[in-house]
Amino acid sequence: MNAEQQYIELFTTYENTIRLSASDVLNAPRTQAFDDFKRLGFPSVRNEDYKYTDVPRAFAPNYGINLKRFQVPVNPYDVFRCDVPHLSALLYFIVNDSFYDRKQPKASLPEGVYAGGLNHFAESYPEIAGRYYSRAASAGKDGIIALNTMLAQDGFVLYVPENVIVERPIQLVHIFRSDVDTMANRRVLVIMEPRSQAKLLVCDHSIDNVRFLSTEVIEIFAGEGACFDYYDLEESTEATARFASLHAKQEATSNVLVNGITLNNGLTRNNYYIELNGPFAESTLCGMSILDKEQHVDTCTHITHAVPNCTSRELFKNVLNDRSTGVFSGRILVKEGAQKTSAFQTNRNLCATREARMYSKPQLEIYADDVKCSHGMTTGQLDENALFYLQSRGIPKEEALTMLSIAFAADVLDNVRLDGLKDRLHSLIEKRFRGELSQCRECRNILS
Amino acid sequence: MLEIKNLHAQVNGKKILNGINLSVRKGEIHAIMGPNGSGKSTLSSVLVGNPAFVVTEGHVVYEGKNLLELSPEDRSREGIFLSFQYPVEIPGVSMVNFMRAAVNEHRKYKGLEPVPATDFLKLMREKRSIVELDNKLAGRSVNEGFSGGEKKRNEIFQMAMLEPKLAILDETDSGLDIDALRIVAGGVNKLKTNENATIVITHYQRLLEYIKPDVVHVLYKGRIIKTAGPELALELEEKGYDWLKTED
Repeated sequence: MNAEQQYIELFTTYENTIRLSASDVLNAPRTQAFDDFKRLGFPSVRNEDYKYTDVPRAFAPNYGINLKRFQVPVNPYDVFRCDVPHLSALLYFIVNDSFYDRKQPKASLPEGVYAGGLNHFAESYPEIAGRYYSRAASAGKDGIIALNTMLAQDGFVLYVPENVIVERPIQLVHIFRSDVDTMANRRVLVIMEPRSQAKLLVCDHSIDNVRFLSTEVIEIFAGEGACFDYYDLEESTEATARFASLHAKQEATSNVLVNGITLNNGLTRNNYYIELNGPFAESTLCGMSILDKEQHVDTCTHITHAVPNCTSRELFKNVLNDRSTGVFSGRILVKEGAQKTSAFQTNRNLCATREARMYSKPQLEIYADDVKCSHGMTTGQLDENALFYLQSRGIPKEEALTMLSIAFAADVLDNVRLDGLKDRLHSLIEKRFRGELSQCRECRNILS
Repeated sequence: MLEIKNLHAQVNGKKILNGINLSVRKGEIHAIMGPNGSGKSTLSSVLVGNPAFVVTEGHVVYEGKNLLELSPEDRSREGIFLSFQYPVEIPGVSMVNFMRAAVNEHRKYKGLEPVPATDFLKLMREKRSIVELDNKLAGRSVNEGFSGGEKKRNEIFQMAMLEPKLAILDETDSGLDIDALRIVAGGVNKLKTNENATIVITHYQRLLEYIKPDVVHVLYKGRIIKTAGPELALELEEKGYDWLKTED
């Protein structure tokens, strides 16, 4: 049986169950997505974009999906006390793929702002939800997005109306909690109306020692002059596989920052699609992963400059240890007529062992003749001279290596526009390099 | 304090040092002079344990210990300090974190507790004033974007923080204008006591007008070919190195 077949059978058998659990807005694109999935299937390693990540293999095992929406016995507020930066953020949870609505932050959001479950939002504001849901992420082009769209039952929405500024950062924690191997299909929908501002931090965590598989589709709509920060912190387990696809559509003069950091994982594929659709829009897309053992992070970015005068800055870094592998494929498309485009891409990688592998491929496609575009890629080892310099001041070699690794990652953190988060990330990264990052094992005892 | 016997060393398979003998006692300042390529910098690199340099023969005894057996970090913690000819830029590592790590490693080696944060900042303030570095120093990345003069002053600042027993200044005067030279030399002189020793490696006599050596050695083709008092430096300034080469 090929990997697709079990999902096709699953959907055929449980379509009604899925539909009953979800709102009309989520159900609307389902049939089309199913057709797309049957047509596309999973991308194979013969697909240039998926050359280094075996998708069918990741989806082949039999994972449980909570189609019938049983409540998972967990109090995320207890689980979450240990390691995660609380900042002064408003905290929300998705347990596996269900929005946790039993307890929500007490502090009120500015009037008209919605932060919460996708189904609830789609039922309360079907007109708005319908206008945006599944409109940035096209199921017709990618089998994994098609699968997510056909199976998605819930998710998270942040909606900020025109001219409203949300001062406090919002934190969404995706928790994997299960006693059996589990799959979750997650959705995040961010609607930033013109001139609105907000910051969202999404953290992925796995609590249990079973195998987890997630598909995540993140859609961001930034209206004219909107300002939005999206931070994605992945801190899962080696038995977790994640296939995420982020789609941002930016209108004129909007400013969107996307910063994805992987501190711990198993297998991760992150797709980023940024479309600059209005003049003077700015995009900062950056990320970093710290990998060891057999960990794998595959980053694929697509930035489209559709109109003149937009700016995109891209910075991705990987630190690879042991037998880990990293992939970076960065495509920048400057469409015809998109003059005065500024697009800069940087990818820097550190291979700390001979066995670690990094595959990097920049791709610039430019169809305009008055642009500033650059890309740079380096993969190498730590600077021996810097290492010796630190040692010659009495710092032991191991400590010096850690200091240099942290320093290597520093400029990705410069792209964090939330001071509290920046400090916490610094300390988390330091812990990660020192091998002290807790896996929250002790949390299991708190589970209700 | 330091006893070098018949030291031979090579780098990339090329023999650079061919039997160095040198003895330094506490309280002394030794100048090592010599033309380009004579092995001056190799000698300093070998003494601090740079792994690119391989010792093929000879002994170095420092404070009763076999120096060549110690790791670079232990040599530092035992009190050896090199002021690099070309200080390395380390983006992303701030001076304050770098120095805190270094100072606390030195203290740990001596069985002492780490310095409390406020005391540490005070210590940095006090020491950086010796070489007239301003208060932005702590937050800057190590040597990144420093001018030539700032880099050398930063070396002496680190020396002040670590209070070595044996300081080796490798071409500390190169690339310095007269004001920076005065500040750097002034810093070195302030740190000089009867308990520590200094080896000044230099190409020119200029630095020795500020840092007065007790002994001057001339290094040529990996060997010390002449040792004399401070007057030798002046003689070299006047006559160059050629008369010594022929004498050899």
